[in-house]
Order: sequence, then structure tokens, then C-alpha cells
Amino acid sequence: MKKFIALSLLLAVSAPALADIPVVVTLKDHKFSPSTIRVKANQPSMIKLINKDASAEEFDSPALKVEKVVAGNSSGNVRIRALPPGKYPFMGEFHAATAQGVVIAE
Amino acid sequence: MLSALVIVFREAIEAGLIIGIVLAATQGVARRAWYVALGVFGGVLGACLVAAFAGELASAFQDSGQELFNATILLLAVAMLTWHNVWMASHGRQMARELKAAGLEVAMGSRTLMALSIVVGVAVLREGSEVVLFLYGIAAQGGTSGAGLALGGALGLGAGAVVSALMYFGLLAIPAHRLFAVTSGLITLLAAGMAAQAVLFLQNGGYITVFFDSVWNTSWLLAEDSIPGKLLHTLIGYTDAPNLAQILAYLATIAMMWTLMRLVGRPAPKVPRPAPAE
Repeated sequence: MKKFIALSLLLAVSAPALADIPVVVTLKDHKFSPSTIRVKANQPSMIKLINKDASAEEFDSPALKVEKVVAGNSSGNVRIRALPPGKYPFMGEFHAATAQGVVIAE
Repeated sequence: MLSALVIVFREAIEAGLIIGIVLAATQGVARRAWYVALGVFGGVLGACLVAAFAGELASAFQDSGQELFNATILLLAVAMLTWHNVWMASHGRQMARELKAAGLEVAMGSRTLMALSIVVGVAVLREGSEVVLFLYGIAAQGGTSGAGLALGGALGLGAGAVVSALMYFGLLAIPAHRLFAVTSGLITLLAAGMAAQAVLFLQNGGYITVFFDSVWNTSWLLAEDSIPGKLLHTLIGYTDAPNLAQILAYLATIAMMWTLMRLVGRPAPKVPRPAPAE
């Protein structure tokens, strides 16, 4: 396993790839803005999440296979794999009542 | 309160199932409770530290420090589980015969127990840091009542502990001479699932950029974020839409574990055995 990982790392490590320009999403008062994010289907994309709340939030999406904690008053990049066209809901798991959004691949 | 219950429950069963398997795998071994408790304690402590430094962790390594951190501790757990299984394979035949023998308990002693202690610690650390961040975030706002939060958290933890205990006693119901084979198998799948998840973290962090597309999708059958899906995810690494790199990591871990256990566990060849088809 270690060998496999080391090998994959050797083969595939590049500095984190720049997938175009990230879509900037701001989180404030536990709401995403914009909450609807459009990305191109079938190619990787990236969301830059700026958390303007004081508390941490977890960008969570089973559909997108992403769980990423972004600390309060900081930002984080969420990498999204190439998606078939469709709607992919996401939420802020720590404040799921208000922090809801959707990625639309088209 | 309800959200606290759900989040704590989800994280608690993930860590709890791993603890249950470790306890079952070390059935009859002296001082195992002490080592497991050490793992839990270290994990809780680590979780608080991780939560406290979440911001620093995220900004390290070009913004993907969190993914790298998660992947690293998962791979550490995979290595520890492998070590345990291989060690058990080399002593397994003897162990299975004399499971309750005092001499062996001491011999087993601190060797692989420390490895399992680390596995427990890592599991608690991963799941615990999310709980700490969540609870702290809610508490810091002051809006929701602290009592409701504490109650929800306690209920979630209790429910998670019940599920984990059921798992543990379920395993204990297996006859002792088969328990070893069952826990070895479970640990192998546990490790394979962790390896696959580590790969996903490396992909999400941008460290592995190949094989990122989902190969199949069974979310219509069993969604990974449902409670049964979550259970299976922890136990056997179930993922509803795995990508090729995850599948490869999963299979490679099983193959590696199986090969090592066979190599180490092979008895002195008195009787010639048919060569295994590779």
C-alpha cells in the first residue's frame, strides 16, 4: 500500500493543479452567496469559499464527495471533480438550517 | 439540539465501530482496555488541538493542509492495522489455540496493542475534531442554549456508543476459534476503506490528479450519507460513487494485506502445499 501510494504520488503529484479560476463563494451569517453555482460539465472546477463568519463551517456534499472544514474568518479551496450535467446540492454541515446551496453542472 | 445529536451520533459511530472491532480483535488480551483508553484519550486531546488550529492547518501547504493531514493520519492507521494483522497472522495459529492462556496474553502485551492504540486514537481524532469545531462554533454564537447543545451531544454520543456496543457483542457471539479470522477480515476491509478515503483526500487536496471521475454510482441503492451507508462506509469502506484511484487503493490494500499475512503466517513447510495461483 505504501509503495502504491508513493508510486501514485511520484506519478501524479504536481503542485495542486490550477483548475481554471475558482468560483468565489462567500459565507456570511451561515448563508452561501451565491448559493447557486454554475460550473461547466465534464471538467474539474474549484470553489473558493470565503468564510466571513466567526465560526468554522464544514462545506459538505455527499453528491460532490467533498468534506472540507473552513475555519472562521478564513478561506479554503474546494476542488470539484469533472461532473456529469446535473444538480449537486451542498451544505454547511455545522449550520445546515440556513447554509444550503447547489452546484449546477451544465 | 437535534443537529448536535445527529452530528455527534454520526461521528461517534464512525469512531465507535473502529473501537468495537479493535476490542473484539484483542479479546482476551491483558491490559487491552488500558491501551484502548489511552487511544481514546489521546484522540480526544488531539481533536481539541486540531480544532483549535483548524485555520492554521487549512492554510498550511497551499491551502490543502487539511486534506494532507487527513490523508496522512488515515495512511498511518492503514499501516498500523496492517502491522497488527501481519503480526497476528504470524502468531495466529498459536493464539487461536491458546487464546485464553496467560502466557500469550503477556507475550502479545504491548506489541500490537500500541499499534491498535494509535488506530483508536486516529479514529477519535478525525471524528472528534469535527465535533469539537461544530460544538464550539454553536457555543461561541451563544444563540442556542448550552443545555440543549449538551443534551443533544450527549444523546448522540450515547446512541453512537450503543450501536458500537452492539457491533462489539455481535462479534463476541462468534466462536473464539473463528473470531480471529473474522476480525482479521474486518480489519483488512477497514484498512482498505481508509486507504481509499485517504486517496480521496489527496485528490480533493489536488495532490493526485488522475482517475478522479466516478466509475459507478449506487447512491440510488444506498446513499453514503444515510445511516446504513455511513455504517458500511466505516466498516468496509462503502462509497456510493467511487473513482478509479479509490478502487485501486482499496484493492491494492487488500492484496498487500493478504500477501503479507500469507508470507508471514506460513508455517514451516513440512507438508508440501500446492502453490497458490497468483
